[in-house]
Amino acid sequence: MSETAVESLRQWVLRQAGEQGKWLETRLEALAAGAPESELHTVLGLAPRRLGKADLILIAEDLRQAEEALPGWRPDGWSIDGAARVLALATFRGERSFAETFKDLRRTADARELVALYRGLPLYPEPRSLAFEVGEGLRSNMIAVFEAIAHHNPYPSMHFDEHRWNHMILKALFVDSALADIVGLDERANPELGRQLLDHIHERWAAGREVSPEVWRCIGPCAIEVDAMEAFERALAGKSTERAAAALALVSNPSPLADALLATHPEAAALVAEGQLSWDTLSRHEVA
Amino acid sequence: MFIDPHAHMISRTTDDYEAMAAAGIVALIEPAFWVGQPRTFVGTYVDYLSSIIGFERFRAGQFGIRHYCTVGLNSKEANNEELAEGVMEWLPRFALKEGVVAIGEIGYDEQTALEDKYFRAQLLLAKELELPVMVHTPHRDKKRGTSRSMDVCEEMGLDPSWVVIDHNNEETVDETLDRGFWAGFSIYPSTKMGTRRMVELLKHYGSERIIVDSACDWGISEPLAVAKTAKLALENGIPEETVRKVTYANTLEVYGKSGQIHESDWLNPPAIDQRTLYEGNSILRGGREPLIEAPGSRNRDNLIIE
Repeated sequence: MSETAVESLRQWVLRQAGEQGKWLETRLEALAAGAPESELHTVLGLAPRRLGKADLILIAEDLRQAEEALPGWRPDGWSIDGAARVLALATFRGERSFAETFKDLRRTADARELVALYRGLPLYPEPRSLAFEVGEGLRSNMIAVFEAIAHHNPYPSMHFDEHRWNHMILKALFVDSALADIVGLDERANPELGRQLLDHIHERWAAGREVSPEVWRCIGPCAIEVDAMEAFERALAGKSTERAAAALALVSNPSPLADALLATHPEAAALVAEGQLSWDTLSRHEVA
Repeated sequence: MFIDPHAHMISRTTDDYEAMAAAGIVALIEPAFWVGQPRTFVGTYVDYLSSIIGFERFRAGQFGIRHYCTVGLNSKEANNEELAEGVMEWLPRFALKEGVVAIGEIGYDEQTALEDKYFRAQLLLAKELELPVMVHTPHRDKKRGTSRSMDVCEEMGLDPSWVVIDHNNEETVDETLDRGFWAGFSIYPSTKMGTRRMVELLKHYGSERIIVDSACDWGISEPLAVAKTAKLALENGIPEETVRKVTYANTLEVYGKSGQIHESDWLNPPAIDQRTLYEGNSILRGGREPLIEAPGSRNRDNLIIE
């Protein structure tokens, strides 16, 4: 529930706000009670000046609450000012539609504001009305803005249609953004994406460039449908991370053909079977 | 460590960013100005302001340079009244954004009545919002235009210690300093100040309230002007402390009045910025000596593009 999430966010921010907490509480009350939009601009502008820019401090219990309120939501990379901005916007009840207010803010936002605005997506009222605005954010050249939507944010898996979802995954690969941090990555895998990624792999190979091992994760479930077995064979003969990724992906496919291919590489199959390999360890390994 | 307090990076390439970072530029200020041709819609101006508080900051951050800006309606475009009125409506929305360190660059171009009107209106805005001001002084009828700019600042009740009068030369500097304003010098080939002349000025005037910038833009200009001036000054026996003040500390002092630029922004940046918007300066990370040279990618004989 987004109301529960907003309430949790409110507690975390006020807990860390210290003596500025009173100021924030008063402003939030006004915003909820129909203050003019200029009041919202003021609160958003003053947030970093009043509260600073430190990381939002969260303990394990907070993250558990976040997960319970909105599965997939991980606010542990947020900052105190960003969190307060989201809180202000989620609390605001204005005369215009939420999407119009959001558009106006986005058009005049500085870089850090944009990150905050988009991180808050799953907490806002009328989430579906923000489709155009989300598109603008995804098209941004600022990776941090793109990742504000794509990473640790349940909004895309909840609201994106297949076309937008697939293009988010493709863009993540193009800007070297981790796929493992995308909420719903496995659940939203689909054959159209599988085909697009297979083309992507062939393009990278033709150019003599590395292929991100994470790509295989989205192809695995539909490997047979999209005719990816030759590509998997090549990957299983590649570098160690590529072999590991291909093996992990094949395990996710229930077809006997996938089993048979994996069986030809017992060393990789054994690693997966022993639980030594997972997408998390693989992507962390890549980042390191 | 240098700050370039006047650089129109929106018109510059990534090669420039690379070279600036290698030369020791840790931060720069991008003043809102015209972009070489007039904008004819309010919306294009609004999007321009949005670029210099957003995308350009991100671009600079990729090279380990902290990016700040000033916002304002420049003197040339102030002559388009319809555009000017529209921009003035939007300006307060941008003036209190993060990293906006002044209202600027504003002032005179041809010294028309409309330029005067919007110059005054923006001085008032700066006063209300407690922001410093960056004044662009005109190329033509410069000496009188510069005096008049300072007259108007005083008339509007601004404290000269909050105002940088930019693009000074040998003819304007005495009055600027005597009246208590900050004196900016733009090291810009052919039209404004040169490095050798600047060194002579430093010998004569020292460092108090003097600021060196590049004003690099879409014309033939030099993004390494601040670093080059510093090097030439040191080679000519100008004390290190003087050089540090005119290429770093004075900028921090005057634009720091906005509360939007701090040394800690690049020496000890917030964790979130390091994860998202700022790669960190390679010189500050240790080791490399600042270099003044064109980066390798510009080398004409290197035919390999990976």
